[in-house]
Amino acid sequence: MNMVEHFRTSKSPFKATYGNFIGGKWVPAQSGKTFDNTSPITGEVICKIARSEAADIEAALDAAHAAKTAWGNSSVATRAVILNKIADVMEQNLGLLALAETWDNGKPIRETTHADLPLAIDHFRYFAGAIRAQEGSLSEIDHDTVAYHFHEPLGVVGQIIPWNFPLLMAVWKLAPALAAGNCVVLKPAEQTPASILVFAELVADLLPPGVLNIVNGFGLEAGKPLASSNRIAKIAFTGETTTGRLIMQYASQNLIPVTLELGGKSPNIFFKDVCAEDDDYFDKAIEGFVMFALNQGEVCTCPSRALIHESIYDQFMEKALKRVAAITAGDPLDPTTMIGAQASSEQLEKILSYMDIGRQEGAQVLAGGARREMQGGLAGGFYMQPTVFKGNNKMRVFQEEIFGPVVSVTTFKDDDEALSIANDTLYGLGAGVWSRSANTCYRFGRAVQAGRVWTNCYHAYPAHAAFGGYKQSGIGRENHKMMLDHYQQTKNMLVSYSPKKLGFF
Amino acid sequence: MTEVLDKVTATPAALQLLAEIVADHGPVMFHQSGGCCDGSSPMCYPQGDFLLGDRDVKLGEIGGMPFYISGSQFELWKHTDLIIDVVKGRGGMFSLDNGREQRFLTRSEVCAI
Repeated sequence: MNMVEHFRTSKSPFKATYGNFIGGKWVPAQSGKTFDNTSPITGEVICKIARSEAADIEAALDAAHAAKTAWGNSSVATRAVILNKIADVMEQNLGLLALAETWDNGKPIRETTHADLPLAIDHFRYFAGAIRAQEGSLSEIDHDTVAYHFHEPLGVVGQIIPWNFPLLMAVWKLAPALAAGNCVVLKPAEQTPASILVFAELVADLLPPGVLNIVNGFGLEAGKPLASSNRIAKIAFTGETTTGRLIMQYASQNLIPVTLELGGKSPNIFFKDVCAEDDDYFDKAIEGFVMFALNQGEVCTCPSRALIHESIYDQFMEKALKRVAAITAGDPLDPTTMIGAQASSEQLEKILSYMDIGRQEGAQVLAGGARREMQGGLAGGFYMQPTVFKGNNKMRVFQEEIFGPVVSVTTFKDDDEALSIANDTLYGLGAGVWSRSANTCYRFGRAVQAGRVWTNCYHAYPAHAAFGGYKQSGIGRENHKMMLDHYQQTKNMLVSYSPKKLGFF
Repeated sequence: MTEVLDKVTATPAALQLLAEIVADHGPVMFHQSGGCCDGSSPMCYPQGDFLLGDRDVKLGEIGGMPFYISGSQFELWKHTDLIIDVVKGRGGMFSLDNGREQRFLTRSEVCAI
């Protein structure tokens, strides 16, 4: 059989070299340095990227500060039109952006085409609408005294973007910041620095120079100077807990606010009545279980702990493991591929280290458990078998975010035990609740300590549904108009309309 | 008095990378991360750069440099000893291994508590 080698026919869309996008211009790093960007698909170099340092961050901050007054004073209608135009241009170039994202990150083209990009496009439209509809308030303190509340932009903000959804996570942060009238200095992850530059090329002419600045480089050399700068009014970060603490530490030195999204270990809870009938709903619940493999498990809300009522365990898992076995794994550029490459070699190494610890702890491997060996040009890529562990919630594979296509399964005997296991975690970002009983869903949805409880669904990320964490999963809520508050000051004007003095002096 | 723990070791490759980093930056400290993206990575900073909290736990030392974990994460990880290794890679955010095309990686071994 002749296999179509999509990674050969769908060429990488990147230029040979990219500079930084600062003040509306493309400029090399001031040191002249670059670094090689490798694709997780083949492990080979696909382009060179500016390796920036503090001086480049300063140049981007200069450009942003020069632009902030005009942008902050522009009308919401003007900003909304621009955000809508950005969305239109992205839509017209959806294929290109999806291809760039897949080459940069390794995720399947099916997902970038049908999930990442459509969601990113809609996000700009959502915040274009939200900013038009936002209203200040007035409070009548007494008949002659009125408190007006105006929304004002913060000014210049810093954003540090993760590598798991390079475009979508950038847009989750950019759209509300720009809508609210801020100028942005954005530092992409060094594992996935390129797709956002294709985006920037497309939208460069739509934004006034300096409103959006993208500086690439390594975390230590470029991310740290941005996060610790006293010229930003806010820092937004998605990543892990130790760096989250460090970012708060820097922010405390500058007395600026932070928003943090730091991951999770999300429980996906399947109650007894899931299996009451062999119908569409049961089928949907099985798909909900297999969602651990979406985006190769590199999702902060990966449903990486499955809690299954003990009375349905055998029936449920028989179907679930068949569905896991049916996952089409392979060339991320093949439109039928469901699971692609992990984003980096070190990420694959970390996942494999958890295969080792899971086995040592006595977890049973029900599926997968090893690297996925690929042939030909894909042999150098970073591929992992979808893996199902069975064990108990005290094991590290139940307690730490592996960030791979790995789910750890356990059973519960009653509702109390289900809730106790679900909440026995340091994190509280996502959760899934599956039951045919509205009361069970409601009760559990309210009791689970997580910012997002998917109820009879999983991994949906529509704009206008707030997303963020409880406990150590972070601070703030993205994906909703309430995110505007995280990018705005409140100006209160307290006005007296009385001509009479108080009489104190 | 706080119990002195000895729950972390390093491979020769990790000690080699650590020696290079110390030569460039002076004394360092480690803090074991958790959570998404680069979670589970041992982060390496110049000593004093990362503000330790009252509840951070010192797991031991590697190459004479102190290694910490948050108290809450320690409770969940204490049944494992950590072995710090090195792999190819380039993440690590603000960690001093960043940009060297090598990364520290935490491996683990189940131990008696």
